[in-house]
Amino acid sequence: MIFWKLFYTFCKIGTFNFGGGYAMIALIQDEVVEKQAWMTVQEFTDIVAVSQMTPGPIGINVATYAGYTAVVNAGYDPWIGVAGAFLASFSVILIPFILMLLLARYLMRHKDNKNLNNIFSILRITVLGLIAAAALQLATPTNFGSWSESPLQLCLSLAIFLTVFLLALKKKISPILLILLSGVIGGIVYGVR
Amino acid sequence: MAGYFELFWSFFKIGSFTLGGGFAMIPLMEKELVQQKQWLSKEEFLDLLSVSQAMPGVFAVNMATSIGYRLRGKAGAIMSVLGNILMPILTILLLAVFIRYFRDIPMVEDIFKGIRPCVVALIAAPVFTMAKNAGLNWRNCWIPILAAVLIWLLGVSPVLIIIIAGLGGFLYGRFINKKEAAA
Repeated sequence: MIFWKLFYTFCKIGTFNFGGGYAMIALIQDEVVEKQAWMTVQEFTDIVAVSQMTPGPIGINVATYAGYTAVVNAGYDPWIGVAGAFLASFSVILIPFILMLLLARYLMRHKDNKNLNNIFSILRITVLGLIAAAALQLATPTNFGSWSESPLQLCLSLAIFLTVFLLALKKKISPILLILLSGVIGGIVYGVR
Repeated sequence: MAGYFELFWSFFKIGSFTLGGGFAMIPLMEKELVQQKQWLSKEEFLDLLSVSQAMPGVFAVNMATSIGYRLRGKAGAIMSVLGNILMPILTILLLAVFIRYFRDIPMVEDIFKGIRPCVVALIAAPVFTMAKNAGLNWRNCWIPILAAVLIWLLGVSPVLIIIIAGLGGFLYGRFINKKEAAA
């Protein structure tokens, strides 16, 4: 039953996310693309793109959109997909919400707890590896094009990747602007071909 | 004193007008809740912020939970969270349905073909921009590299990696780092 799996999967994702929005993208990707195969790499990448352009926390946006896509891909009516979307975003916040109510006071008093600080110092750098793995898993021929099938797409994809990567490293340019520009370039180049 | 609807409305505004993820909400929350409504002192706000970062889940939602709970208990926490995520969920759902409907138009696929490598770059870049704040150095950089290789090439679950890393951090502090702290 996809709804039970959706609930369980997104509960797990929410409970083990310790690294902000990008770490959550990594966790969601591992579950919905690699493990459960609810959607293709391309579909997931498109979900991340749209999630970065709309208001709100990226983790909530990706969970909502992924929940919708998983249910509709399983052959259900779009309206049931909407239920899947609400279920995914509800599940992703459920356990952290409960933990927060139970532990907030305790944590406030033990902010400088040495054990907690040690755990988080290791978690913070480990999460970098999670995000790197997600990027590597998304850098597929289906997302970038392949030399044998479409050399033009592969070359343009690599050019866009390198430009955006360097711009995002060096300058504070809005991701929304970069996504929009890449879309315009894609629309023009692949459109006139 | 903050009413339930007031809480909902404040977080609704904050959730509806922040682009760029949860951390972009911090200045808006500070302005609305600390400066304008004066529901929280600056110190309380910073305390709740550090607790929200330490807890798992979605940072902005954790902020809404802890602030709502602090001001009006459990019902306050629920109202704040609902306010915070309502608009984002409705917006993304509308787009999800819309995009699915227009999926078959070649133009839409062309646009996404251009966007996909951009998205991969946007996910790769934070690995490096976050590295300094995360405390990455030559002595500990094997940890994220090993984690990435285990996930990418061997298909190890990221959740398992998180559990092992947390446990490792705890044991490291208990048995190894202890001496350094004493010295």
